[in-house]
Amino acid sequence: MATTETPGPARPAEPSGGVHAPGRAAIAARHLRTDRWWLAPAVTATVLTVFVVYSTWRAFANADYYAAPYISPYYSPCIATDCVNMRGGADLQIFGPWWGLSPALLVLIFPLGFRLTCYYYRKAYYRGFWAAPPACAVAEPHGKYTGETRFPLILQNVHRYFFYFALVFAVILTYDAALGFRDAAGHWGHMGLGTVVLLVNVALIWVYTLSCHSCRHIIGGRLKNFSKHPVRYRMWGWVGRLTAHHMALAWGSLVMVAVADLYVYLVASGAFADPTFF
Amino acid sequence: MTRVERHTYDVVVVGAGGAGLRAAIEAREQGLRTAVICKSLFGKAHTVMAEGGIAASMGNANPHDNWQVHFRDTMRGGKFLNHWRMAELHAKEAPDRVWELETWGALFDRTKDGRISQRNFGGHEYARLAHVGDRTGLELIRTLQQKIVSLQQEDHARCGDYEDRLRVFQECTVTRVLKDEETFRAEGGRGGRVAGVFGYVRESGRFFVIEAPAVVLATGGIGKSFKVTSNSWEYTGDGHALALLAGAPLINMEFVQFHPTGMVWPPSVKGILVTESVRGDGGVLRNSDGKRFMFDYIPDVFKEKYAQSEEEADGWYADPENHRRPPELLPRDEVARAINSEVKAGRGSPHGGVFLDVSTRLPAEEIKRRLPSMHHQFKELADVDITAEPMEVGPTCHYVMGGVDVDPDSAAATGVPGLFAAGEVAGGMHGSNRLGGNSLSDLLVFGRRAGLHAAEYAAELDDDRPRVSAEQVDTAAAEALRPFSVEGGEPGAPGVPAENPYALHQELQQTMNDLVGIIRRAGEMSEALHRLGSLRERSRSAGVEGHRQFNPGWHLAIDLRNMLLVSECVARAALERTESRGGHTRDDYPEMDRRWRKTNLVCELADRSGELAAVDPSAGQIRLSRRDMPPIRGDLLALFEKDELLKYLTDEELGT
Amino acid sequence: MSAAPAPKAADGSAAYIGRFKVWRGDADGGELKDFEVEVNEGEVVLDIIHRLQATQAHDLAVRWNCKAGKCGSCSAEINGQPRLMCMTRMSVFAPDETVTVTPMRAFPVVRDLVTDVSFNYTKAREIPSFVPPPGVGLGEYRMRQEDVGRSQEFRKCIECFLCQNTCHVVRDHEENKAAFAGPRFLMRIAELDMHPLDAAEEAGLDRKSAAQDEHGLGYCNITKCCTEVCPENIKITDNALIPLKERAVDRKYDPLVWLGNRIRRR
Ligand code: SF4
Ligand code: SF4
Ligand code: FES
Ligand code: FES
Repeated sequence: MATTETPGPARPAEPSGGVHAPGRAAIAARHLRTDRWWLAPAVTATVLTVFVVYSTWRAFANADYYAAPYISPYYSPCIATDCVNMRGGADLQIFGPWWGLSPALLVLIFPLGFRLTCYYYRKAYYRGFWAAPPACAVAEPHGKYTGETRFPLILQNVHRYFFYFALVFAVILTYDAALGFRDAAGHWGHMGLGTVVLLVNVALIWVYTLSCHSCRHIIGGRLKNFSKHPVRYRMWGWVGRLTAHHMALAWGSLVMVAVADLYVYLVASGAFADPTFF
Repeated sequence: MTRVERHTYDVVVVGAGGAGLRAAIEAREQGLRTAVICKSLFGKAHTVMAEGGIAASMGNANPHDNWQVHFRDTMRGGKFLNHWRMAELHAKEAPDRVWELETWGALFDRTKDGRISQRNFGGHEYARLAHVGDRTGLELIRTLQQKIVSLQQEDHARCGDYEDRLRVFQECTVTRVLKDEETFRAEGGRGGRVAGVFGYVRESGRFFVIEAPAVVLATGGIGKSFKVTSNSWEYTGDGHALALLAGAPLINMEFVQFHPTGMVWPPSVKGILVTESVRGDGGVLRNSDGKRFMFDYIPDVFKEKYAQSEEEADGWYADPENHRRPPELLPRDEVARAINSEVKAGRGSPHGGVFLDVSTRLPAEEIKRRLPSMHHQFKELADVDITAEPMEVGPTCHYVMGGVDVDPDSAAATGVPGLFAAGEVAGGMHGSNRLGGNSLSDLLVFGRRAGLHAAEYAAELDDDRPRVSAEQVDTAAAEALRPFSVEGGEPGAPGVPAENPYALHQELQQTMNDLVGIIRRAGEMSEALHRLGSLRERSRSAGVEGHRQFNPGWHLAIDLRNMLLVSECVARAALERTESRGGHTRDDYPEMDRRWRKTNLVCELADRSGELAAVDPSAGQIRLSRRDMPPIRGDLLALFEKDELLKYLTDEELGT
Repeated sequence: MSAAPAPKAADGSAAYIGRFKVWRGDADGGELKDFEVEVNEGEVVLDIIHRLQATQAHDLAVRWNCKAGKCGSCSAEINGQPRLMCMTRMSVFAPDETVTVTPMRAFPVVRDLVTDVSFNYTKAREIPSFVPPPGVGLGEYRMRQEDVGRSQEFRKCIECFLCQNTCHVVRDHEENKAAFAGPRFLMRIAELDMHPLDAAEEAGLDRKSAAQDEHGLGYCNITKCCTEVCPENIKITDNALIPLKERAVDRKYDPLVWLGNRIRRR
């Protein structure tokens, strides 16, 4: 279904606007690109759709998210009383028993908001789902466009607050991954495939989070004179090098989060036994 | 009378490169209403192609540097044929002109302590070129462009009109400088004050007249008369020709600089410049035997200043105090001739150049940082990775030292009140050969002076303004429209077929390249003059199809007049000067001759009325004469060792 | 045309006859015209256009200057992709491929491949210029390389206006032209805001808020087409637009910064 989201040349453009506005070169075609420009938005839309569908199912499932010692990143921190007991894990029981829904819904809002307002994902879904634009120099199908100048899209500007929360989440997930070195009974000195999965996941979360454009700005980008802040300048340089790969990191960590959750699900539901290394 | 758009300004600047924009800024800052006319879009001028830097003795890299050293280098580079006063003003004022750019927002590369970084260049004793990577010209143009915008914003804030006192007429070509009706008649169509310019809008083909008592020519060079050139299509010698036609003389036209390193492959980019900074930053020239051949070509006058061995040369990059410079950094004329000889001797590269190698001299990262646009250019256009393999380079026509004869202080053209010239179109400053980096500083120093004095001249006139006669406008319009109604009529019509302007242009380029190129012979130049004569005749029947709206065929047909005039100047002057000096090398007179040193060759229109049609085609349109240069001021001569002066100046010049 | 025999060019390298569609016309209308032209080794699209001019269509209008990707005059769309004609090598196309060349499609056409780019000059004028620091004389400017590096990247811009042409905000919505400066000029604001000595703030000019309020920064939805087409490989979106958005957030949407400023102003 996702591919139909990307409008092919089939959808009629406003005959009077855009590239057909009066005065511009009279060319009937909405674009003359001969390459497979539709491929990237189609893939983007497909993968994102699959991810959203999978995550929605898992977030509402409220089951199979803890397979000691591993917790699914979707359910961490677990802050409702009906969370399964995680033995030293990040389950805080802030929300009382009145909360009848899945505890994942309480926390997922933050990573979701972080990714939804991420400068890269914005590009991805504006292109993939909104077709604004579908690809460069390919006319978009909308008659009007105001971008991020007004509600609700002006809210994209809150991205940096989600970044702050994302840091907190990264710390919690690191804690979760560390707990992966305990065995099911809570004794240290264990390592299974699940440990590796959680480690890789949290590593990707960290680099993705640190490669955030808001992070780059806060670390040093906002300065006028780097020479007066040599340490921040150095850090800005490092972050900048990560930021250059923000897209790859965004995809990598997106897929990895789902994989980590799936792994916990498989182990928790008994479909798969976690191979232990020691 | 022809229907034309009319405007009135105080100062008109023709050309929007470095010199033109600097002149316009100055005139506007003097409070005068100023117009700038350029053939391209605003900000596209050929100055953007300048890569290396702006020479100015700021002394940031080497504290020993000062204007005297810069003056000496300039005179040596020009083989003492420079107008000493221009070289002096240039050396003295260049630092201020560069610093001024910073106050307008330019961002040069910096030294460790935050000042403007300066780099080495051929012929400059110290590291002297302010630069931004290898795109200094772009920075210069953009800064001036943005300064103009900021002046316009001031006017807008003051009166609501951006163009109140400074307006850019882009994509317009000037075809004639107009003269004052009264003085023009009174002097029998000879002299007369400047009254404005006539031209056409490229986009629409419509004619316009801008009335103005002062006109600054800043049109750049003539490279498009040559086949292999680093110059853009704009460089058709317009300003040179406009000055001639207005009755002003040109000097030094025999001196054409061939830049030693242009691309030679692939054919479609042949001639595109490879910046001298490649050599300044460590690049070396090798022939097909792998030999660094420049050591064999150090002329006597430069023997003491240049390294004799590779070790010594290599030591210089790190420690210039205790080593002599590598011979790759000799002035451009020397390097170009050396490359030419190597190729002729059969030691060239596969595509008829030599190898310029920086890949074995610097780490790849460093090359990309210091020479980003060279890296980009070779990668994109020739599929060559300069961090891994050598470039192939050969000489390319780059710059004309000759130009309008001007007063050094005011940049006023000789003999035509109200006409000024600055930048490449002006002659004298660079003598027989220009040093790299001196052109950008020349643009700024003399651009400003031209703007200043044009403004003063215009302001002093008060109500005594010249007037443009309808008759002149009609003549100019008729001349511009000729290509649409040439003898032979429409292409394909019976009778003589119209000449294709593109074909004529190609023949002209071939002629100049082959016969008046880097190495010259009397016989060939006579032949060139002969061919130019017949080309001129044929150009009168250059016809075009289509209409006047953005018609490049028509534009070229009009530009041909200028290229032919200027080419004739070059050929005539080159034939006359029986010695080799700087950008003028005679196979039949290979030595520099001290007796020629103080002589300028002056080109003027044979028929001063400016009516080209009346001239017998076989006789040519240019009259050549000799003129002595003013003696160099004593305190400036004293900056040189007597031994050195003896190589250039005659005994009696020194004796007194 | 793939069957066309490959004649040898003068220097012995392979040449072939290529098929081209070039848009010809003016504001009143026009169409893609077919041409068959010789193509030689190492040539770029601009060479072909010049050959057309010299041999088949003397009045074909095209802008160009440097033929080395330095002046930004020869912008056009080649097979629908905004590009510089002088930097598009013919070798990227298969010999039997028809190459389509049209003028830029976001600006009014003048004739053939030439468009009216005055939109850009209008926008350039609306960006407040560099404000020199008061009291710093000629030759007294001190700036570290690391402080000028960011703005220097943006000053590599050759003003080809390909980014302005490709940006969907104005390409697909003529009505947004009034409110939106376009990537090139938003980048100019970023350049000045990052200039270590720009004294706009002292002069009471807030470039960050102005970018948002007056120059339409909010219209940009960071879809990066400007970056994709920039021939100078300037990271317009990552290095100029997003940082500028973040700077605007500092000013307009960050309560901590807002509070801090209030307190400091007291
Ligand atoms: S990133 Fe912004 S400015 Fe650049 S093309 Fe996209 S919408 Fe336009
Ligand atoms: S930013 Fe890049 S694409 Fe835009 S005008 Fe400048 S050089 Fe061209
Ligand atoms: S997470 Fe993508 S930009 Fe902040
Ligand atoms: S001609 Fe200058 S960029 Fe193409």
